[in-house]
Amino acid sequence: MPQKNQILAKRELAPRIIEIEVYNPDIASKVKAGQFIVIRVGEECERIPLTIADWNSKDGTITIVFQEVGVSTYKLGKLNVGETIMDVVGPLGNPSEIDRFGTVVCIGGGVGIPAIYPITRELKNAGNKIISIIGARSKNLLIYEDKMMNVSDELRITTDDGSKGRKGFVSDELRDLLKSGLKVDRVITVGPAIMMKVCAEVTKPYNIKTIASLNPIMVCGMGMCAACRVEVNGKTRFVCFEGPEFDAHKVNFDILLMRLNAYKSEEQMALKIYLEGRSE
Amino acid sequence: MPVKKRVEMNKLPIEERKNSFNEVALGLTEEQAIEEAKRCLQCPNHPCVSGCPVNVDIPKFIKKIVEKDFLGAYRIIKEKDAIPAITGRVCPQEVQCEAKCTLQRIKEPIAIGALERFIADWAIKEGVIKEEVTRAPSNGIKIAVVGSGPAGITVAADLAKLGYEVTMFEALHKPGGVLVYGIPEFRLPKRIVEYEINYLKDLGVDIKTNTVIGRTYTIKELFQSGFRAVFIGTGAGMPKFLGIPGETLVNIYTANEFLTRVNLMKAYLFPKYDTPIKIGRKVAVIGGGNVAMDAARTAIRLKAEEVYIVYRRTEEEMPARRDEVINAKEEGVKFQLLTQPIRFVGDKENKLIGIECLRMQLGEPDESGRRRPIPIKGSEFIFEVDSAIIAIGCHPNPLIAKTTPEIKVNEEGCIIVDEECRSSMKGVYAAGDIILGEATVIEAMGTGRIASTTIHKDIKNGKI
Repeated sequence: MPQKNQILAKRELAPRIIEIEVYNPDIASKVKAGQFIVIRVGEECERIPLTIADWNSKDGTITIVFQEVGVSTYKLGKLNVGETIMDVVGPLGNPSEIDRFGTVVCIGGGVGIPAIYPITRELKNAGNKIISIIGARSKNLLIYEDKMMNVSDELRITTDDGSKGRKGFVSDELRDLLKSGLKVDRVITVGPAIMMKVCAEVTKPYNIKTIASLNPIMVCGMGMCAACRVEVNGKTRFVCFEGPEFDAHKVNFDILLMRLNAYKSEEQMALKIYLEGRSE
Repeated sequence: MPVKKRVEMNKLPIEERKNSFNEVALGLTEEQAIEEAKRCLQCPNHPCVSGCPVNVDIPKFIKKIVEKDFLGAYRIIKEKDAIPAITGRVCPQEVQCEAKCTLQRIKEPIAIGALERFIADWAIKEGVIKEEVTRAPSNGIKIAVVGSGPAGITVAADLAKLGYEVTMFEALHKPGGVLVYGIPEFRLPKRIVEYEINYLKDLGVDIKTNTVIGRTYTIKELFQSGFRAVFIGTGAGMPKFLGIPGETLVNIYTANEFLTRVNLMKAYLFPKYDTPIKIGRKVAVIGGGNVAMDAARTAIRLKAEEVYIVYRRTEEEMPARRDEVINAKEEGVKFQLLTQPIRFVGDKENKLIGIECLRMQLGEPDESGRRRPIPIKGSEFIFEVDSAIIAIGCHPNPLIAKTTPEIKVNEEGCIIVDEECRSSMKGVYAAGDIILGEATVIEAMGTGRIASTTIHKDIKNGKI
């Protein structure tokens, strides 16, 4: 029997984008689409939130996809199959609202694609017509394409450099889709904050209910520290406890973007020290 | 015969305090402790005991100190208080046991807290804690304790000693609740908390960290998996906000986030530890309680140049312990009193650059008995700061109530219990800040004692 929080499988989906399967039957039996976990790789590590991309309640496993961007995710990326993550807590946050809405556009950008995947799957199972738009900087960074294909009626792809699908952003594709006159009942978007901001701007004139799954800096993940707070409709809200999904038309993305960058210089310094230490 | 003066603990030199997270209060030496213990009048009606929320037999343990029977003193304290090394440090004795001391009349009450700490530290140093663990044979009855703070620790220890099989659930990665994420190292060293938590483990309590009740398991699932009773001691941990514009600006922390980053995640050791903290040059801590003092003194240690307590009343109305206010002042914290923030001001990058404030004056006493602060018209001014820490208190944690509608809460979000700590859901009990709102460590433990007594009674009487 595997140990709790042991890594049972590991795959590099794209350069610096890694998928791991973690043994944690408690979370695997409980998780619903849209929820996340908070992990701490080791004693000196940060607590970081990661969306649960998939799970298997029978085998007791959950699947996580992350990009190596800072010290914590680099350290997570260093763990091999058989090793364990020190702390894993979850499932956290509220499950995604799943209902029969009609036609739903599911948008994922970068490592937001694995995050939108289970939501898309559940929406599809609930009888919605699913048009998915997924995007990445470049073809080699585009992940979860097949999985998204399997749960969508239509899949559209964009890359910033045009190496696959449409050249441009997911929001460009969304704009054209809406311009074509298609009746869309709901848009749900997971990805970089700037992407979600632009998508919300695109849907606003059409008055289409648009949901964004927010990704702020988080520490506790359970409503205790308020590091993850955002301004929604002029009010202070906790993403970990009241979210992570909010009405995208009411989110103050400018503040979210600034808060995401609050520790940029510290993060860069720490990563530099970490990488130098590793190469010695 | 004139009464001898109260013996005070030595403190770390101020310069050393500002430059390290080492504990400030150094405790009593054996000689000091005995000298202080000898001052106790051993009043036959022991008024001090009535001031203690867990009723420690104070005169009896003090007598043992005079007799140099420290082990005896330890046993007497431990009968009622599971974590004396902690309560000896953080209890507000001046409004509890020491306030009731007969010698308080001449303003020289016995230093009960310091004596308790002396005995607890002696027990840790001598390694007697493990040998002193005694528990009844297991009765096979499973009890769930949700939350590992002061209330949960008391309930877990009480019931484990009686032979119950106790499992304690903690949402964070370390047990201790507010004792580990909230109270700083310089006031309560984390090794002390660890010692006391290890005592629970020695009693056979199974501690499960990283488990959020309400998410990982629901209360109903706990019953389904065989727990006979569930105790909820999840505390008040959801930060309050001022409700003024700009609260989401960058470089504004809640005290919980600030202290969690520093205490639990060890941000003061960044980049050795990965969690960063940004403190800036000039810091405003908003609030006048113990947590505000903790945050301000932490900011001093993180090398902020100027640290201000911003409080809307005067020093006299501050809820913080007098000792903590003195400690803060000694370490260079400045007090910006009669000042009410009304807006956080950011630059074009949404970074905090100042707080717009109003000057206040004191009016008639309000329902709390403290004089009400009244704004002075036209007194608005900008208080320029690089960072702000909001330390105006916390709401009860809402998760369990939200996920278990059977458990009734009041409008503040506190779980409603009867006088014996029973909630509205059968088999579910609650104590500590989740029923009190915001109270002290020892008050949480006092209600925890009531809950553990009730749980034992209800099980014996076949009620649950």
